[in-house]
Amino acid sequence: MRKTHALWLLVRTLAALWMAAAGYAIFFVAPDERTMHEVQRIFYIHVASAWTAGMAYLLVAVAGVLYLMNRQPRHDWLGVAAAETGLAFTTVVLITGPVWAKPVWGIWWTWDARLTTTFVLWLMYIAYLLIRNLVEEPQRRAVLAAVYGIFAFADVPVVYMSIRWWRTQHPSAVIGGGAGSGLDPTMKAVLFFTWGATMALFAVLVRVRYRLESLRFEIELLRQEAEEPSAAPAALRLQEN
Amino acid sequence: MAVRTQPVLDQVVASAPPLEVSLWRGAWTILAKEVRTEFRSRELLTTTAVFALMVVVMFSFSFDPTREEARKFGPGLLWIAFLFAGTLMLEPAFLREQANDTLAALRLAPIPPYSILLGKTLASFLFLAITEALLLPVFAVLYNVSIAGELLPLMLVLALGTLGIVVPGTLFSAVTAHARMRELLLPLLLLPVLTPVLIAGTEATAALLADPPEWPTLWLKVLAGADIIYFTASFFLFEALLED
Repeated sequence: MRKTHALWLLVRTLAALWMAAAGYAIFFVAPDERTMHEVQRIFYIHVASAWTAGMAYLLVAVAGVLYLMNRQPRHDWLGVAAAETGLAFTTVVLITGPVWAKPVWGIWWTWDARLTTTFVLWLMYIAYLLIRNLVEEPQRRAVLAAVYGIFAFADVPVVYMSIRWWRTQHPSAVIGGGAGSGLDPTMKAVLFFTWGATMALFAVLVRVRYRLESLRFEIELLRQEAEEPSAAPAALRLQEN
Repeated sequence: MAVRTQPVLDQVVASAPPLEVSLWRGAWTILAKEVRTEFRSRELLTTTAVFALMVVVMFSFSFDPTREEARKFGPGLLWIAFLFAGTLMLEPAFLREQANDTLAALRLAPIPPYSILLGKTLASFLFLAITEALLLPVFAVLYNVSIAGELLPLMLVLALGTLGIVVPGTLFSAVTAHARMRELLLPLLLLPVLTPVLIAGTEATAALLADPPEWPTLWLKVLAGADIIYFTASFFLFEALLED
């Protein structure tokens, strides 16, 4: 018990340090962009958060498939943890985007394919979290969430490909964008370093949220036990684990 | 003793007619049941058709419905009306079975589980298609849009789009049947998922209603692609859903 506690403290500290280092790299290591100057530096957080959100939603879908296959409550906890964290990162994307767009485009928002699909993505995972409140029974809630998580994930590749399929106002791809695109090597290194930091933060947040969900589950079991003592074995079994 | 009777038993079991009917026959039976229920009550179609008509009329207040404006906004309006009608109509697809717990009876029936969903999906498709068929001429007359020249391609677009609405819709209707405030839940879940269908349906209809009309290859592909993805997903997910 003590050992895992120490390890967990180490992981959290490393994630915090990595985030701080990424902040330093963004402002002091990454070179100045020729036309946009300082405004461009928001790019690192914006893109890293977007990729992390994509990973989060992939995790939601994977957890959904695992839940439907094995019916283990922990896969449902993983799903909700990843969805909520992914939503936070998508919110960062949707805030940093307009903050950058205002000085560069002159407008906060435009309804191009990239922006619209990201907005829809954000709405879908808000719906995912809302529906969880509306289903009382844990198993049914988990099934509904798993199915919806898998369906909602279908939008993620569309968001990723939108700047490649349509001619959008959103800048075209700089990583994996084909011939004629690309990024300064230092910029690229800073971007991937920042992505690593956001992924570390993501892992910590998912871990915390997962723990919260498992505790809620345990409380629910104990409450059921208090209300009808015949349900006691289920709660006891969980404590043994 | 038991050892010796086993081969005989096996033979009897093997010679008996198969209890399971095929997927499509099962689906057909469910579809016939749904249509019969609807024909007797006539509540779903009338409600939805009137509601969709109201949406179309209400939209006339939100912009100046001249011929040019209607051409610009018409396709989107039409698809929004279809989407709303769809979410309204898909609500009772599984809810209906709850009053007398008839879903349990359906599960006990010797048909493949997926044919329950397939039959209900086909029924929803039929009802929504009827609503659209009623709405389209009314829309054309009220907004002064000519649809006669492009009727066949338009029907193809409508069929693909309707399939895209009812396949995830019926599946979600099955999962949300037990939720609190499920009347609010289904549109909340369904509308964002149906964004590709709304975009592609609107763009394809706009291309067909343009002057001169264009053949919307790209958007038909998007619609067909969405249909295939939804169908595959619902096929794999529904088996898992019926287990509990």
